[in-house]
Amino acid sequence: MSQARTSPVDADERRQLRLARLEKIARYALPVLMMAFSIWLWNWIVTANNIPHYILPGPGKVWDSLVNDWPILSQAALLTAKTTVLALIFAVLGGAGLAILFNQSKLLEMSLYPYAVILQVTPVVSIAPLIFIYVESKTAGMLLCAWIVAFFPVLSSTTLGLNSVDHNLRDLYKIYGASRWQKLWMLQLPSALPYFLGGLKIAGGLSLIGAVVAELVAGTGGVGAGLAARIQEAGYRLNIARMFAALSMVAAMGVFIFAALSVLSHLLLHKWHESAIKRET
Amino acid sequence: MRNLPPLGARPPVLEMAQVNKTFGRDVVALDGMSLTVGQGDFISLLGPSGCGKSTALRLISGLMSPTSGRIDWSGGQAQGDLGVVFQEPTLMPWATVAQNVYLPFRLRKQSYESVKDEILDALRLVGLEKFLNAYPRELSGGMKMRVSIARAMVTHPRLILMDEPFAALDEITRHKLNNDLLALKSKIGCTVIFVTHSVWESVFLSDRIIVMAARPGRVIEELQVDAPYPRGEAFRTSPQYAAHCKAASDALHRAMEAA
Repeated sequence: MSQARTSPVDADERRQLRLARLEKIARYALPVLMMAFSIWLWNWIVTANNIPHYILPGPGKVWDSLVNDWPILSQAALLTAKTTVLALIFAVLGGAGLAILFNQSKLLEMSLYPYAVILQVTPVVSIAPLIFIYVESKTAGMLLCAWIVAFFPVLSSTTLGLNSVDHNLRDLYKIYGASRWQKLWMLQLPSALPYFLGGLKIAGGLSLIGAVVAELVAGTGGVGAGLAARIQEAGYRLNIARMFAALSMVAAMGVFIFAALSVLSHLLLHKWHESAIKRET
Repeated sequence: MRNLPPLGARPPVLEMAQVNKTFGRDVVALDGMSLTVGQGDFISLLGPSGCGKSTALRLISGLMSPTSGRIDWSGGQAQGDLGVVFQEPTLMPWATVAQNVYLPFRLRKQSYESVKDEILDALRLVGLEKFLNAYPRELSGGMKMRVSIARAMVTHPRLILMDEPFAALDEITRHKLNNDLLALKSKIGCTVIFVTHSVWESVFLSDRIIVMAARPGRVIEELQVDAPYPRGEAFRTSPQYAAHCKAASDALHRAMEAA
């Protein structure tokens, strides 16, 4: 099998191999080309139509803003990143913790789960103003907003995972007289891991969204302003280039979070879980 | 177990007396089953679907309690007295082969080091000592089943329950595993209750065949296969084997008619 893969014997296999190699290159090359083309097109549209920079700045102007405003923007990015990461950490602790608690106590689950759902389905934008009235610290308020958005996917997917134990394994543990903690620690938590990681990936993106929404609601408060607040502020000043620069940093942050969580998921699952196994063609 | 006492003269391991199991108001899964399991017995429960074979196993394993009747272990039951093999290998995919076999000890809070030799012995018996650190997904269906068997016998249980363990495997693998299971039995002299749909499998493996009928699930008759262990390929082609198969087949037929 592996012999055949390293040294193709007939024309069919050679063709398949070539296609596979091309696809591998295209997977990286095409998005990069696409990006280069869009930037070129954007630049061409701006210059060809003489669009003023306070309506649509060209890519060069945005780049300049990224470089010149770097002290302000990096400071803002750091703040947004801090809110996002802290919210994600609390979302994991709160979501997974509640899931385990609910799993252990049916009573608690029946009493509290509906409220977790209500908290999730109520748009955070509508809760945020209230939060900022009652929570004095702006940092704590933003954290709370981001947490509300991010914790639910972790809670619901971990709950699903804890309940998805193979029923024969469950019987086996019972026959061997496993305690409730042994069952939780040795059987349910490993079973729930792939589900948890799926929820975590969603929560990563949501905690960034939550942080951005919280900043917008909290408003531009001078020194402690994150990227979203900078976007808003630059908008008031018609500094469109800086808006684009800050926006691209938010996007980059989202991509980074997703990539980091994907790597984490792969590291934890690649040895045993189906989702991480390459299928033999 | 070459010098096994004759059937009926073996010390009892477990006794079922008039065991009934009813679901809801009127679904009788098992009706008045009585069975004395002797030490070293290889008992097959043979019958059509719905005859209560699996119910009987679940009752013996303590996953369900009988509606009426008694199930008694002679001398009481201790943790680790029972080994179980399910229809699927039922391995933990996140754990290596060695960790899977270690499970019954781990649940009794014994350290890996203290039972390492037992784990190695069990894996050697099923021919997988080289796969200690492999993950289940790297193994074939037959190999996974061997790990499952190793896990069931690693504690040297007084009784091993097998619920159609080879039903999902292809015929050739099944053949091989049947031979290996008997070789294993000869080596360690375990007591087995084996649930199967297959007349041929039951005759090849067991010295007692309990034929069961459905609706309500109950024991129809018991056959004895008096061919001595170890049994090999020669037994499979002997006229004696054919005769036992015919007897078991006829009994199964009567069980189907009775339903």
